Amino acid sequence: MQCPKCHAQMHTYNRNGIQIEQCSGCRGIFLDYGELESLTRIEAQWTQQAPPAPPAPQAYPSAPAPAWGAPQHHGGHGGHYRHKSFGRMLFSS
Amino acid sequence: MTTAVVRALGDLAHRAAHEHPGGRCACPPPTVLADRADGTVVRSGAVVAKAHAADTDTPGLLTRLGLANHPRLTGILLAPLPPGPCAPPATLHGRPVTLWPHGRPVDPGDPDTAPWEEAAVLLAGLHRTPAPASLALPPMRGPAKAALAVARMRAARPGDPDIAPVLEAWRRLPAWARDEAAAPPHRSRFLCHGDLHLGQLVRHPAPHGPWLLIDVDDAGLGDPAWDLARPAAWYAAGILPPEVWLRFLDAYRAAGGPAVCAEGDPWPDLDVPARALTVQAAALAFAKSAVEERTPDEVEEAMIDACARIASLPPELGAEHSS
Repeated sequence: MQCPKCHAQMHTYNRNGIQIEQCSGCRGIFLDYGELESLTRIEAQWTQQAPPAPPAPQAYPSAPAPAWGAPQHHGGHGGHYRHKSFGRMLFSS
Repeated sequence: MTTAVVRALGDLAHRAAHEHPGGRCACPPPTVLADRADGTVVRSGAVVAKAHAADTDTPGLLTRLGLANHPRLTGILLAPLPPGPCAPPATLHGRPVTLWPHGRPVDPGDPDTAPWEEAAVLLAGLHRTPAPASLALPPMRGPAKAALAVARMRAARPGDPDIAPVLEAWRRLPAWARDEAAAPPHRSRFLCHGDLHLGQLVRHPAPHGPWLLIDVDDAGLGDPAWDLARPAAWYAAGILPPEVWLRFLDAYRAAGGPAVCAEGDPWPDLDVPARALTVQAAALAFAKSAVEERTPDEVEEAMIDACARIASLPPELGAEHSS
């Protein structure tokens, strides 16, 4: 893929399981949907390891999601779970 | 015609439920558990009679009944009635009919008690079981059902611009996931259920027996990730809570299920089938809401929105796991 700013070739790197594209020209970085949130989460986990930082409770264990996943995966909740319509969907093809 | 089928199924189930047909009894009237063109199901006492779709591949159904009856699948698939070798199914108004023992289904009113772990362990067991060489099993019908859903949507909403993202998400899938080619060989030889949802589990003997998978109409050989992909699609669309998805996924992995890698990111294996089932759910939402003359509801919209995100992925990401 080409850098949207300087049009040089972008290269893909994997950092802590997150795929980022970096431009070989201007060194700019392209993040896919949800990846900034993933990086922020990993950073938060890292700072938690330092003794003075109070541990922030996690609402649920982090689970990998696809690039097209809903934004709720990065800090939201499954608010549809008890929705009547989802109840029907759980039981049908 | 459906009423006639329902009545005849009730009679069949009632007769099969009695060891001495013709005797006087105090059975409650038969109850209709489902009444759709692709499956009418009527219960009388301990027996359930099912009329399959009129266009059912009958030799395929007989092979699938043989699978449900095979000793290797005892404790995983509910076996049909009567016990013993399967005879070609009788027909009723042109629809093949099968008989099954009644089992207690999942309570639709209480999703919190849904047996996600048990479902995962049953699937892992099914996927780990070598296909019996004595059965010439057809491919599992997951991709075929996704293609049918897309065709139904096109027919229900001809020229509707709203369905464009669903069609684009469908177009981006590899041919095998659209039922236009065989599945990749290394993933196509597993026993699969083909249509997993919470309505496909019962406790037998009712009410406290172990959970078993039912409905072998779509079962066959294929990519086992398809059986995990519907919960995966719900999770990815943001409607199944992550903790429920992880309970299901972790139980499947702990039971040695082969559909995904034992640890790490499961999405390289799940991505294609989960996208296909997202398209299927969105297509059915558009088809059903058109027939019912309403707009898609909030949950259906979540699946349609997921299609829009799939359709807007950069092509290289969209094709990432396609091969």
